[in-house]
Amino acid sequence: MTDLLPLAVAVPLLAALLVTALPRQAALLGVLGAAATTLAAGAVLTAVWLNGALTADLGGWGVPLGISMRANGFAAALLAMTALVALATSVYATGYFADSPKAVHFWPLWLLLWASLNALLLAADLFNLFVTLELLGLCAAALGALTGSADAVKANLRYLLVGLLGSTTYLMGVALLYSAYGALDIALLAEHIAAGGDENNAVDAAALTLMTVGLALKAALFPLHFWLPPAHANAPAPVSAALSALVVKGAVYIIVILWLELFASVATASAAMVLGLLGAAGVVWGSWRALRAARLKLMAAYSTVAQIGYLFMFLPLIAATPPGPARDNLFAALVLMALSHGFAKAGFFLAAGLVQQQAGHDRIDDLGGTAQQMPATTFTIGLCGSALIGLPPSGSFIGKWLMMQGAIEAGQWWWIVVLLIGTLLAAAYTFRVLSRAFGLEPTPLRFVTDARSEIPALMLALTAVGVLGLAAGPLWTLLGLGAGGAA
Amino acid sequence: MILFALGIWSFLSHEALLRKLIAFNVMGGGVFHVFIAVAYRGDTAPPDPVPHALVLTGIVVAVSATALALALGGRAQDAADHD
Repeated sequence: MTDLLPLAVAVPLLAALLVTALPRQAALLGVLGAAATTLAAGAVLTAVWLNGALTADLGGWGVPLGISMRANGFAAALLAMTALVALATSVYATGYFADSPKAVHFWPLWLLLWASLNALLLAADLFNLFVTLELLGLCAAALGALTGSADAVKANLRYLLVGLLGSTTYLMGVALLYSAYGALDIALLAEHIAAGGDENNAVDAAALTLMTVGLALKAALFPLHFWLPPAHANAPAPVSAALSALVVKGAVYIIVILWLELFASVATASAAMVLGLLGAAGVVWGSWRALRAARLKLMAAYSTVAQIGYLFMFLPLIAATPPGPARDNLFAALVLMALSHGFAKAGFFLAAGLVQQQAGHDRIDDLGGTAQQMPATTFTIGLCGSALIGLPPSGSFIGKWLMMQGAIEAGQWWWIVVLLIGTLLAAAYTFRVLSRAFGLEPTPLRFVTDARSEIPALMLALTAVGVLGLAAGPLWTLLGLGAGGAA
Repeated sequence: MILFALGIWSFLSHEALLRKLIAFNVMGGGVFHVFIAVAYRGDTAPPDPVPHALVLTGIVVAVSATALALALGGRAQDAADHD
């Protein structure tokens, strides 16, 4: 069973090699590789579901010398979300990049990106997290610059440099921790830190600060989000979908692990409050800029800044809630919000890409008639928008509901105000797009105009709204089974 | 530690890409030096091999990142010349 974990990384890596070796069959091989990777991720999810957390020691070398991998409920849930989003994006990309010479470069980088993301989610020690984070950043910047336009290259160069700054800062934190404890494995370190008492408090605090600041840069936490909107808005649509839905989540995943698992014993409530306040500022600022954005993809990119803010608002609430069912609920709600944002934002970007291809631009004010020309795509945008707002029955409705409950129980009512403002603004920017999309042209006969690209986006939207909302229950079981120290 | 701080300072204060990249490498150099210092376990005991392995990996990552940044920078320059 433990061979499953390396498989989730090895399959996309192998597919990336194949695609590079046989560029003529790139699209076919790419989709096959994507399907195989999804199967591997599904197998990991099933195994975690049935047996609880998994670990694997590569080459038979255990901790502390060898490299080991692990999967708990949190990682498995994100792994599965990644697989579904990436599979849909792959299918979409065959249509989007059809007859485009860029496909040759897209597929290897795309599969490498997927491999490094899977490796990141399954990594069991801090240094591997650094390596996979770097790989992810390199692939993402290269993919983002794929259009080759001056704006895209410039934005992604900035993204790359910011990423390097962030990950080097993170590495400095890792070095400090290693000097204090002589270990890198997350579980081992967490024990050391909990046992360390007051003596190493300064080192812990310095390392946590360095690592969090470095990662917050990569996760686009307000006010370190400045690089995200241009980089995401200028990338090709399948790439923006992956960047917004998946790559940013990688950094958030590490921050959540750091705060809730590794430094659970030293992270103070007031420090978590700072992160939460920054998150809240991100919610308001991101949503406001999204409302004011002139272009559809820019709007989606700013909305990512806002949605990432919600995830950070959970940290002070979780820190203020004593362990028990209430805390588990908050953690599950955090995961649920991350998952539904992943699906909804990916679907949104894919649909926005179709609109852009069809209309030749994505200026929101000039989109009249889109609803008549591309009914399925407009429907997708509407569905994704409702998931971003948090209308029932979407996954984020449950997430926000639990967050409000947690905020009331913890006596921190101000989060609710932010939540309401963010939700209202999200509703405003979604309806702004929809109100422009309808024109006076006659209603078409066909709902779906281009099945290969429209269906994957629609599927993602339906997952975000329907599946995650109506069937969120199993998530609790999954996290309860595997999350261990985190939940 | 000083190298790291110097690197961050010049990374943030310089506009030119080449300077930023050199600053990033100075920063990385600072982190690697800390790792090497961590490996010291007294005059008689052999140094800890793990940080050395980490530094090697880190250098590889830094080199490839620098290469990609330079390539992107060249592309941005080309695009700017065309306009």
